[in-house]
Amino acid sequence: MAIFGPRANLFMNVALLAAAGGVTFLLILIWVVPVMGYNSQERYTPRQPVPFSHKHHVSGLGLDCRYCHTTVEISQNAGIPPIHTCMTCHSQIWTNAEMLAPVRQSLAEGKPLRWTRVYTLPDYVYFDHSIHIAKGVGCTECHGPIGDMPLTRKATTLYMSWCLSCHRDPAPHLRPKDQVFNPHWQRTADTPSGKELMAEYHIHPETLSDCGVCHR
Amino acid sequence: MKLRHAITVASLAVALAACDNMANQPKRLPYELPYGAQANWPALPPQHIIAHDEKPVAVPPVTMALLERGQQRFDIYCAPCHSKIGDGRGMIVQRGFPQPPSYYIARLRDAPNQHFYDVITHGYGAMYSYADRVGAEDRWAIVAYIRALQASASAQIADVPPDKRQTLQ
Ligand code: HEC
Ligand code: HEC
Ligand code: HEC
Ligand code: HEC
Ligand code: HEC
Ligand code: HEC
Repeated sequence: MAIFGPRANLFMNVALLAAAGGVTFLLILIWVVPVMGYNSQERYTPRQPVPFSHKHHVSGLGLDCRYCHTTVEISQNAGIPPIHTCMTCHSQIWTNAEMLAPVRQSLAEGKPLRWTRVYTLPDYVYFDHSIHIAKGVGCTECHGPIGDMPLTRKATTLYMSWCLSCHRDPAPHLRPKDQVFNPHWQRTADTPSGKELMAEYHIHPETLSDCGVCHR
Repeated sequence: MKLRHAITVASLAVALAACDNMANQPKRLPYELPYGAQANWPALPPQHIIAHDEKPVAVPPVTMALLERGQQRFDIYCAPCHSKIGDGRGMIVQRGFPQPPSYYIARLRDAPNQHFYDVITHGYGAMYSYADRVGAEDRWAIVAYIRALQASASAQIADVPPDKRQTLQ
């Protein structure tokens, strides 16, 4: 009796093909899936208890980010507005709107609304809003065109490579300090160049990609 | 043989422990439920509690820096209703909010500084308190800026330094 039957060649070819396919599949799993939008939740738009629209409140009514995100200039966290902030206006306008029922209920019961986080970093990453605001990095550089979003959508991957792409060369992302909160800012001919702004803000990118900056 | 089993079990335990997700550490972060928290977290402070940073400060001297700070804070927190010039016809009022009085009426011109400070701290009628968003120093800065607005409405050309008059004519 022969060790290899007449169909041994076929089996061998199938096995080799399967192995090659398996390796390709693994490589895709390792290299492609992590950078897919699905995995990073880029463009992720969670359902919120109240369909709050930045488009309406920021572009429509001209509110400044700091009216609601009070601590963005002075602390690590931008801050999510308490119900009191919504009620400064909605105690008088749109008081019967169905959409705002959870807000009124939260006020009546003294229970804070639970918004779903859109942007969140892993706990081993250190991030601070105030330094970025102080050095002329606008909100829209990181949060996308939020003034045009009817519902808040995640505009970036928040990957380490994304942070580093700016930390290695911040110049093109800088703007004059009085425009940091403007969601529609565009560079114009008389804006100081990125180089000039880097010098004005004393930014030194040589040390900005040291691991200890973000992992401390 | 027993020793080998023990080693296998021990190294498996270590390996599995390392699978604990590093992205979620038992570290206190704002807006995150702490370990074992009740459903109604964050707890609201009990009534009649005074915030730690809600203590009065000395009235600062009026300087250009104070006025600029006041203008910036006014434009963020007050202009939506009172408008940038303080006539009470801001964007939110155009959308149906009750109209506040203009800052240029006689009663508010004659009102003491403390009145404006107290309105920001405690609110006034339909206007809610801004104490949680405008700190004591910033309140004085806003008061100084409102005073400047009021003064500007009755300014004469003679009040402008001669070298600046041309820019207005
Ligand atoms: C009227 C109040 C208000 C104003 C003004 C406002 N926001 Fe918001 N913002 C909210 C509320 C409420 C949420 C939570 C609901 C949500 O995610 O849409 C939020 C959420 C966000 C988030 C997502 C937070 C997260 O990770 O869950 C970002 C980013 C943000 N705002 C940026 C801005 C910027 C930039 C501006 C100024 C251009 C601004 N906001 C102005 C009320 C406001
Ligand atoms: C400075 C005043 C102001 C504040 C503060 C404010 N709103 Fe509004 N909001 C308005 C006005 C004015 C409208 C009506 C918009 C219009 O007429 O164009 C509105 C409309 C809305 C609507 C329905 C309209 C829509 O399509 O978006 C929702 C929902 C809403 N607001 C939620 C909130 C929540 C939640 C907060 C607190 C984080 C909040 N608002 C804070 C002024 C305000
Ligand atoms: C350099 C990039 C960057 C800039 C500039 C930036 N943000 Fe953020 N923002 C982030 C990141 C990253 C997070 C997630 C933080 C976390 O998970 O700890 C975040 C979170 C937030 C949140 C959620 C609540 C919180 O405090 O974590 C709000 C609200 C917010 N940003 C508003 C703003 C506003 C308003 C501005 C402009 C004044 C701004 N951001 C500018 C990167 C940025
Ligand atoms: C659009 C540009 C940009 C992006 C994106 C960005 N940064 Fe920054 N970051 C800056 C600039 C500019 C500075 C200020 C550097 C300085 O102090 O001179 C800074 C400073 C910092 C600092 C403080 C550095 C120090 O010396 O203490 C930390 C921490 C930081 N960034 C973390 C992050 C993290 C984490 C991310 C990603 C989630 C991120 N940054 C994304 C531009 C950016
Ligand atoms: C500008 C900020 C920044 C700097 C500088 C930085 N990191 Fe990171 N790092 C991040 C962020 C943000 C993440 C989270 C990425 C994610 O969620 O996928 C991260 C994640 C990581 C991870 C975990 C990756 C994973 O897939 O779980 C490792 C390991 C790491 N960084 C190592 C380093 C080392 C080593 C350096 C220095 C050479 C460094 N980092 C410098 C921001 C930074
Ligand atoms: C959401 C709209 C709104 C905002 C924002 C607002 N106010 Fe008012 N304010 C009002 C209304 C409405 C009244 C009239 C209240 C009444 O008579 O019932 C008022 C009245 C006043 C008065 C007159 C009190 C009197 O004696 O008649 C002063 C002073 C004042 N506000 C100052 C401020 C300052 C300073 C800010 C910013 C920190 C501010 N307001 C922000 C709506 C607002």
